[in-house]
Amino acid sequence: MSRATFARGEKVLEVTGSSMASHATPLPPGTTAPDFELQSTPDQTVSLAEFRGQPVILAFYPEDWSPVCSDQMALYQEVLPEFRKFNAELLGISVDGVWSHLAFAKDRNLHFPLLADFEPKGEVSRAYHVYRAKEGTSERALYVIDADGIVRWSHVSPVGVNPGADGILRALENLGKEGAS
Amino acid sequence: MSTTQWEAVLSMPVMEDRDHIQGPADAAVTLVQYGDYECPYCGAAYPIIKEAQARMGERLRFVFRNFPITTSHTHAEQAAEAAEAAATQGQFWQMHDLLYENQRRLRDQDLRAYAEQLGLDVELFEKELAEHVHAGRVHEDFLSGVRSGVNGTPTFYINGARHDDSYDLETLLGALEQAAASAGEG
Repeated sequence: MSRATFARGEKVLEVTGSSMASHATPLPPGTTAPDFELQSTPDQTVSLAEFRGQPVILAFYPEDWSPVCSDQMALYQEVLPEFRKFNAELLGISVDGVWSHLAFAKDRNLHFPLLADFEPKGEVSRAYHVYRAKEGTSERALYVIDADGIVRWSHVSPVGVNPGADGILRALENLGKEGAS
Repeated sequence: MSTTQWEAVLSMPVMEDRDHIQGPADAAVTLVQYGDYECPYCGAAYPIIKEAQARMGERLRFVFRNFPITTSHTHAEQAAEAAEAAATQGQFWQMHDLLYENQRRLRDQDLRAYAEQLGLDVELFEKELAEHVHAGRVHEDFLSGVRSGVNGTPTFYINGARHDDSYDLETLLGALEQAAASAGEG
């Protein structure tokens, strides 16, 4: 809990600071989502392809233990039942290793997979155009991928800003509308 | 400097017959808080809001909605339901205040003690908590927050627009006064 009291001020600093103009442009809607296979635990891997037939939410985040990330992932855990109403799978991705992910998930009561984009470092983040080479971490980026493996929505936030869950829910709702046509 | 590209607006308008409200319906400014009773930042905001209310008087309408982050705060949901249970007996704000003044004591026996302290029908209070009668209401608040761009607690909305700046007294009062002034012009 290192987040400063009255912390909303830091978001403004982040946005008006250097991170405002420089964040990445993610893969646009309509792009085929690059497949990947990453470790979720020391003895398990998760691939994007295994979720074909259902929507997938990819939540790239910079690092396991930084305060804003924690708020964001705690929020997503809380909103998970709403994501499930769309039959959507939520995958968190950062460059942290599996043991860090395990400890983080246990500490924060997170019950969705956290994938380790660890070796080669940041390879999947790069494929999704959300790797910050200077910092050696992912951007804070969201993707909603449809049942056919196509990117339907993508969003990059300034690293210090928690993007919330509304954008994801809107994208999932729109998926339903497009899917019906 | 408080304007960011992350401006978000309140998706569920304030409803006089639904929401927990202090202050007149025709106040110049409405401040909505999404809060969690166990969240220390909300605890820090609690006296600041009281002070803002004292200074602005009838010009400010304050609304509280639940946003329990149960993955981080194990007592937050039950505390939120306790406040709603108190509301059915006409004592929402009394319970709300007790919960924030005793943030570290939110176990079931603590909630019961607060109900006793307020002179509530404790049997009814405990029955409603046990049956989670108010879970739906709390969840409705939570979802309305998610859809309004709440990304942590506390999150404030001033006349419907998310307040993305600091909530220290000076900054918050400044924003409230500014909203009051522009409401007056309009």
